[in-house]
Amino acid sequence: MEITRRRLLVLLPAAAVAWKYVLAGTPEGAPNYELTKHWWAMLIDIPKCIGCGSCVRACAEENDVPEGYYRTWIERYHVADWKIERPEVESPDGGKYGFPPHADDGGKNFFVPKLCNHCADSPCTQVCPVGATFISPDGVVLVDKSYCLGCRYCIQACPYGCRFLNPKTNTADKCTLCYHRITKGLTTACCEVCPTGARQLADLKNPKDPIHEFLKTHAVQILKPYMATGAKVFYNGMDGSVR
Amino acid sequence: MQIPVEGFMYPNEVELQWSILIVLYPFITGLVAGAFILASLERVFRVEAVKPTYRLALLTALAFLLVAPLPLQLHLGHPERSLEMYLTPHRSSAMAMFGFVYLWYLMAVLLLEIWLDYRHDIVVRSQTEKGWKRLVYRGLTLGSTNVSERSLHVDERLGYFITLIGIPSAFLLHGYVGFIFGSVKANPWWSSPLMPIVFIFSAMVSGIAAVMLLYMLSTRLRGQRIDMRCLDKIAQYLLYTFVIDFSLEMMDLLQRIYEADESFRSLDFMVHTRLWVSQVIVQILLGTVTPIALLGLMQVLKVTEAARRWIYALAGGLTVIGIFAMRWNVVIGGQLFSKSFLGYTTYKMAFATREGLLPAIILMILPFIILWVLVKLLPPWPESASVPSGATPVHGTS
Amino acid sequence: MFKNIEHLVRLAVVMMIGVLGFVILRAAVVPHSFGQYGHYRGAAIGEIASRPVAFAGHETCEACHTDVVEQKKLGKHVVVSCEACHGALAKHADDPSSVLPKKLDTAILCARCHEANGAKPKGFPQVATAEHSGGLACDTCHQPHHPKIETAEIKTEGKK
Repeated sequence: MEITRRRLLVLLPAAAVAWKYVLAGTPEGAPNYELTKHWWAMLIDIPKCIGCGSCVRACAEENDVPEGYYRTWIERYHVADWKIERPEVESPDGGKYGFPPHADDGGKNFFVPKLCNHCADSPCTQVCPVGATFISPDGVVLVDKSYCLGCRYCIQACPYGCRFLNPKTNTADKCTLCYHRITKGLTTACCEVCPTGARQLADLKNPKDPIHEFLKTHAVQILKPYMATGAKVFYNGMDGSVR
Repeated sequence: MQIPVEGFMYPNEVELQWSILIVLYPFITGLVAGAFILASLERVFRVEAVKPTYRLALLTALAFLLVAPLPLQLHLGHPERSLEMYLTPHRSSAMAMFGFVYLWYLMAVLLLEIWLDYRHDIVVRSQTEKGWKRLVYRGLTLGSTNVSERSLHVDERLGYFITLIGIPSAFLLHGYVGFIFGSVKANPWWSSPLMPIVFIFSAMVSGIAAVMLLYMLSTRLRGQRIDMRCLDKIAQYLLYTFVIDFSLEMMDLLQRIYEADESFRSLDFMVHTRLWVSQVIVQILLGTVTPIALLGLMQVLKVTEAARRWIYALAGGLTVIGIFAMRWNVVIGGQLFSKSFLGYTTYKMAFATREGLLPAIILMILPFIILWVLVKLLPPWPESASVPSGATPVHGTS
Repeated sequence: MFKNIEHLVRLAVVMMIGVLGFVILRAAVVPHSFGQYGHYRGAAIGEIASRPVAFAGHETCEACHTDVVEQKKLGKHVVVSCEACHGALAKHADDPSSVLPKKLDTAILCARCHEANGAKPKGFPQVATAEHSGGLACDTCHQPHHPKIETAEIKTEGKK
C-alpha cells in the first residue's frame, strides 16, 4: 500500500498534531500544551531492567549527545552479601553497548539506569549565577544553551553526576526529559525504546497517570534522599547499596 | 585522551570541570584580602611599626585584584557572556553575587582608598611631570587640584572610614570565595560551614606573607635598609594568623575523622594516595608546620638580624607555597573522588591550552608587572629618601 | 567648604555616570523574555521544545503497519516498541517512500537483550548465544515479531 505523509496525517489525528512540530518545529511547541498543567517525573523499575543499553543509545541519537558524555546511563551493581556498603559498580561506556557477560557468583546483581532526577529543589539551578538553567513550570530542569556561561558550577552542584560540559557548545548539558517530545504528546526516547518497560515517563499532575496507583502500591525510593533535592525520578525495587 | 580512573566514577565525573585556573582564583583573591587587611592594621589599629608597608600592601592588593577575574574569564566556556553575571544575577546563586562583591571591593574600597591616600602626590605630579605622564596624573586628579590642608584632612577622615568598611569587605570578598565552595552540599570535601572562615584566615596568612616578601624584596632592590621593627611585627602577625588558620583547619580535619560519615573512607583514601604529596607533605608539613615553627622560634630565640631576615624570607616563601597547595587541594581534590564514593579520577594538567599550566604561569606573573607599573606611577615610598622609609611618615601630610 | 570637597563631588559624578551607564546597558541588553516565568529566559522553553524528534513513537508506526501490530499481539514482544529494534525512524514516518529502514542483523540485535548475564532479572529469557545458536542469525528459527517457536514448527523443521 502506498503510504504518503498526507495519509498518515489522516490516519492518526493525535500523531498529526505532533507531526506538524516534529520536523518543522515552532518555538511555542505543540498547541494545547499548557505549561502549568503538567509536572513531569519518571519511574524506574529496577527489577525489570536488563541492561541492554537501548535507552543510552536512543538518548544519544535523539539528543545528539557527544560520545563519552551521558544524559542517561546504566550502572551494573554487584553486591556480595558481606559488604553491602561496598558494592562493585561498573558502567562501561555508560552501558551504551550493553554489559559484558557476568558470572553469577552468588552475590546480588542488578542494573540501575540513571538520568537527571529533575529535582523540584534542584541544587544545580540554585547555583547558576545567571539563570541559564532553570526548572520549567512543568517541572523539567533545562539548560538555556544560548545563555549559559559555561562556568560549570551546576556540574559541581549536582549530587548525581548528571551534568557535563558539552564540548560542542561549551555549555552545560543534561537530560531534558526529551522536552521536545513530551510537549508534543510523545514519551521520552529512552522510555520509547525500553523493551521491558523498566522506564516510564509520568505526569504527576495528570490524575489518570498510572504512576499514582504505582506509587501507592509499591515501596518506591529516590536517589540520595538525604540531599533533600526533591528528586522526581522514582526507583522501584532499589537496593540499599545504590548510590 | 583516556583519563585513568580507579574504581567507579559516574561517567560524567571522569573529566575535571575546574582546572588550575580555578585554583588561582581563590589564591589570588586571598592575596588581595590578606594584603588589604595588613594595610588596614596600620590605619585602623594604629600599628605604627608596619607603616612602611602600608602603601605597598594597598598597591599589591590592587595589582592582584585586577588579575583576579582573569582566570575565571579564561575558564568560562563563553567568556563573552560573562557580563550576564551583572545583568541578570541569580539571587540564589553563591557565585552570582561575587561579581558585585568584587566590584564593590575594587571600586568602593581599594581604588577609593588608594586615590584618597595618593591624591596629594597625584596633584603635585600633575604639575611637575611632563608628557604623557602629566596627562595620566591630570586625569587622576579629576580636575581638582585642591590640596589645602582642610581638603587633605577630609581625605584622611574619609580614608579612615573607607578602611573601616574595607576590613569587613575584605573578609566578605574572601569569605565569599570560601562560601562558593563550602555551600556545595553535593561535595563533602567542600561542604563545611568552616570553609569561609578557613578561607579568610588562609587569605590573611598568604597576603601578609606576600607583602612581607615584597617589602623585603623591594627594599633590597632600592638599596635601602630593611626596617627590622616593621619586619618583626609583620612576622609576628603572620604567626598569629597562621596559628588560628592552622587550628581551624585541624578542627575541621578532626571533626571529619571523628565523625567518619559516609564520605570519610573515600576521602581518607584520597588523602593517603592522590593528595598525599600536595596535602600532607607540601601543604601541612612544608607549608604550615615548618613556617609556624620557624616564626615561633623567632619569637623565643635571640637571633641576629641577618639570620632573622633569611628565616622570615624562608618562612614567607613556604607559607605562600603552602597556601597555594591548600587552594589546589580544595579545588582539585574536591573533584578527584566520585560522588558515589566508589572511585577516583585523575587531573591531567595540559600545558599550552586555554586552561593549562602556561596561562596559569602568565596569570601569576601578570600581577607583578601590574604592581611594577603601579609602583612607578604611584611610588609607595618617598623617592629620594636616604633614611629607612619607616623613619619618615609616608603619607603624613595631615 | 565646597571647595574642599570639590574633588569628592567630582568623584561622585564619575561614579554616578558609571552606575547610570550600567542601568542603561542592562535595560538594553537583557533579553525581553527574561523573567517571564522565573529568573531565566522564557523563550528558552520554546526553543528547547522545538527540537525535531528522531524517534517517531510506536503509535505512529502502528498507524500504518497494522499487520505487524496483529502479529506482535500474539507474542511476548507486544510490549517492545518498534524503534527499540528498528532504530530511530521519524524520517521514515515523515517520508515513508524515500527513507527506508535498514535491514537488521538479528545475530547482533537479539543478543543485546537476550545474551545471558548474571545481573539480568532471573525471569527474563536469556541464552548464551555461542552455545545456543553458534552465531546463526536468530531469525533462522525465531520470528522476531512473535518469537516463541511453536512445537509443530520445530518438528517440521527437524524433518527437513
